[in-house]
Amino acid sequence: MLNFRIETTSGLAPYVQVVQQVKQALRLGWLQPGDKLPTVHEVASTVAINPNTVQKAYRELELEGLVVGRPGQGTFVARSLSQSTPEALTALGRRLERWIAAARAAGLDDDGIMDVVRATMRNLRTEASA
Amino acid sequence: MNAPAVEAVEAGHRYGDFWALRGCTLSLPSGSVTAVVGPNGAGKTTLLNLLVGLLPASEGRLRVMGDQPSSRPEFLAQVGFVAQDCPLYREFSVADLLRFGRAMNPRWDDALARQRLAAAEVPLDRRAGRLSGGQRAQVALALALAKRPQVLLLDEPLAALDPLARREFLKTLMNSASEAGITVVLSSHLIGELARVCDHLVVIRDGQVRLVGELDQLLAEHRWVAGPPEDTARMPSGVEVLSTSSHERHNTLLVRSQGPLLNPALTVSPVDLEELVLAYLERPAPHLSPPLGTHEGARP
Repeated sequence: MLNFRIETTSGLAPYVQVVQQVKQALRLGWLQPGDKLPTVHEVASTVAINPNTVQKAYRELELEGLVVGRPGQGTFVARSLSQSTPEALTALGRRLERWIAAARAAGLDDDGIMDVVRATMRNLRTEASA
Repeated sequence: MNAPAVEAVEAGHRYGDFWALRGCTLSLPSGSVTAVVGPNGAGKTTLLNLLVGLLPASEGRLRVMGDQPSSRPEFLAQVGFVAQDCPLYREFSVADLLRFGRAMNPRWDDALARQRLAAAEVPLDRRAGRLSGGQRAQVALALALAKRPQVLLLDEPLAALDPLARREFLKTLMNSASEAGITVVLSSHLIGELARVCDHLVVIRDGQVRLVGELDQLLAEHRWVAGPPEDTARMPSGVEVLSTSSHERHNTLLVRSQGPLLNPALTVSPVDLEELVLAYLERPAPHLSPPLGTHEGARP
């Protein structure tokens, strides 16, 4: 069963965390089309999280067409999110390793590197939405 | 979630000339889980006691499942209440408490209570006075749920529990919330665990509701904004600034706004529940009532 982890200090609403964790599982191939998600009741009682939160997350995933709810049976994965092939991911990882090495050589520590990544992605998003 | 399960309109309670709660207006949908937070003495217990009918409203209107809270058996049958420190008859065994509950409550679900206590590994022959804090909380919760209430009110249920017992308690609570669809209102001055279990929030201080709403919406509307003073000084209309801290070359603001903030000079980051609660607790009261106990007597 998919094991949800809720971090209360991340600043992300718990339902968003559930949505993201399902998507991550879909991207990484841990969840495949046809797989059943744990029921709202199962998640609420094992993770100690609000059932309305789980329901809201599942509803959002359903609206995005990623899962489908079948009354009386549960919620099932409708499509995969694997974005790439394992070979492509490996190649991207290699290029990232080279970039990280360059960043360290320039004197950045891990936090500094993450700041640059976040700021760059934020800037790209801002440009896209402007 | 449809009709409100819990409603208050300008409700208050006065002890002599001290208002423990005043002007309390809120509406909590059926099936919701609400956290009532605030410092000790803020009015949390007063609010819960008003909702369960232990205290009369000195002013305003209260409704729980459409009913005015009172000591009538038909009202009390709908409401489960776990008071602060989970008071239980110390000399009674857990099995005695179950028998007592069955005798007192027409809709008592003994099988459900026994099942919950077994799941929480609480020995039925143990006297209540010899239970651990976590077990006592589980017993009080099992007893309150065995009534099959539609609304469950809990006053500081987590305060005396260690982190493990707290997590187990919340699992039981969320299990029953998802199974029976009951409406839950719990007060707490511990904020950490609440974000995962609550969908509505009430912040109280000095007898006043400072913030009330759906948690996800409140978190989405509030943001930290950091940037150079000239950019943080002029916020677009519709953006409410809740707090400002000034530094040498940048300011950090906590703002509330419905729409996005598009100024690229500003760094926007999300707010977590604890930061949100603290911001509203630290703010001066929006409309200050006269100093307590001085002008009240002069009012008509």
